[in-house]
Amino acid sequence: MTRFGATARRDAWWLQPLVVFLGLGAFVVYATWAALQGKHYHFGPYLSPFYSPEVFGDAGRSWFGPEPHWWPAWLPWSPALFILWAPGGFRLTCYYYRGAYYKAFWADPPACAVGEPRARYLGERSFPLILQNAHRYFLYLALPFIGFLSIDVWRALWFPAATGGTTLGIGVGTLVLAMNVVLLGGYTLGCHSLRHLVGGSLDRLAGRPVRSACYTCVGFLNRRHMMWAWMSLGWVAFSDLYVRLCATGVWTDWRIL
Amino acid sequence: MSATATFRIWRGDTAGGRFQDYTTPVAAGMVVLDAVHRIQAEQANDLAVRWNCKAGRCGSCSAEVNGMPKLMCMTRLDELPLERPVTIEPMQAFPIVKDLVTDVSWNFAVKRRIAPFRPRPPDAPDGTWRMAQADVDRVMEFRKCIECFLCQDVCHVLRDHQRHTEFIGPRYFVHAAALEMHPLDVEDRTEALRREHAIGLCNITKCCTKVCPEQITITDNAIIPLKERVADKAYDPIRAILRMLGA
Ligand code: SF4
Ligand code: SF4
Ligand code: FES
Ligand code: FES
Repeated sequence: MTRFGATARRDAWWLQPLVVFLGLGAFVVYATWAALQGKHYHFGPYLSPFYSPEVFGDAGRSWFGPEPHWWPAWLPWSPALFILWAPGGFRLTCYYYRGAYYKAFWADPPACAVGEPRARYLGERSFPLILQNAHRYFLYLALPFIGFLSIDVWRALWFPAATGGTTLGIGVGTLVLAMNVVLLGGYTLGCHSLRHLVGGSLDRLAGRPVRSACYTCVGFLNRRHMMWAWMSLGWVAFSDLYVRLCATGVWTDWRIL
Repeated sequence: MSATATFRIWRGDTAGGRFQDYTTPVAAGMVVLDAVHRIQAEQANDLAVRWNCKAGRCGSCSAEVNGMPKLMCMTRLDELPLERPVTIEPMQAFPIVKDLVTDVSWNFAVKRRIAPFRPRPPDAPDGTWRMAQADVDRVMEFRKCIECFLCQDVCHVLRDHQRHTEFIGPRYFVHAAALEMHPLDVEDRTEALRREHAIGLCNITKCCTKVCPEQITITDNAIIPLKERVADKAYDPIRAILRMLGA
């Protein structure tokens, strides 16, 4: 067992974990704040991805109506709390993020070939980290979100018309939400558990053209899983921020069409 | 490139040791192993160093250069900052023999613990099999391994936590993956991977992938798919029910 931080490395080995720490930390802080606001999450035809699908709420597309009467008084009312745990759990148990936050937040190890702070080590073999094996279940929960968010993009194409009803249009917000679906799709469909599910679990894919094709496609996205993870993470927060700024009047959405 | 460079080489044996500085002429195109050979020839005849092919093929010249596990024969001096002494140490995860030479025999013992290749009965009456190229392609990557053990050296489960008795290490997950995913193999190693080989100790931090001189995508293509197979058998209640129902 070497001392914490002991290494003969000469390069800036601390830089990568630091960037991960700041990036993930900033996201968690912003997402928690945004999820607890409970307002300013929709603007015109746009709905923030942190609040989609709207199970309860007042954005006008809620499944079960406005705030339920049984909502506990001690908890700030926010429709995001109904759904955000699912994509949150998906990211938390993602193989890429796991490796990244074990390093950046838990120094296990701080970086490759750099000494660790603790002698005790359990890995993912015992409680609590053995629960990371539930990642595939979070995948099943995360997949429908691509559908929900795609529907949101479709709805973001229909703006209220002066004559009443709606008219087809494209605003900057529409593009922001569309980009969000693309990046989230690239991330979710490149998941290791999905790769296993569509074909990785088999030793022989020849003679199974559909599964072969799926395995190839998921594998293609999986090769850049880290990139998709960061781009989609940043963009989903930006999408919320965009809708929030429009809703609070800080920013004016620009109609392109 | 400066005309000389200083190499801070670990000298010692099981009884202990220390770093010693050697300054030697360097020229364009040299690799770390060239410098070590030059020092061995001109200044330290008793310097122990293991090498063989000087071409990144045999996997014997593994060491730690400026703190990172590397093949000395594939580490060019022009990749290194030569203003300061270049440290060269033996691999930390294995017992020292002398100077830069470590005893890597633990690895060979580990390999014997992994269930060997067991093909299905032959496909044709003449005792041969049929495989699709696409199915073999997947395991080809794993067969590039040159057993340099740099991945074992960098893996914190072995390096920092010394779990050699329980954990087989990334090299042997690559080996197990090559067998387990082989289109002809019918052996099931998942339970052994979970228990005796302790795949759960790997926390997918990818240092093994980073140092592999053969660029094998160890974590993403070998370890994670094996973890998924282990999860199928041991950690997935829905799969367990489906199995019980014979699906
Ligand atoms: S990914 Fe796993 S096997 Fe590879 S170095 Fe990290 S802990 Fe070790
Ligand atoms: S997997 Fe790569 S790093 Fe590990 S022993 Fe084989 S060639 Fe070396
Ligand atoms: S592995 Fe990253 S989302 Fe599943
Ligand atoms: S001497 Fe053979 S790999 Fe370096």
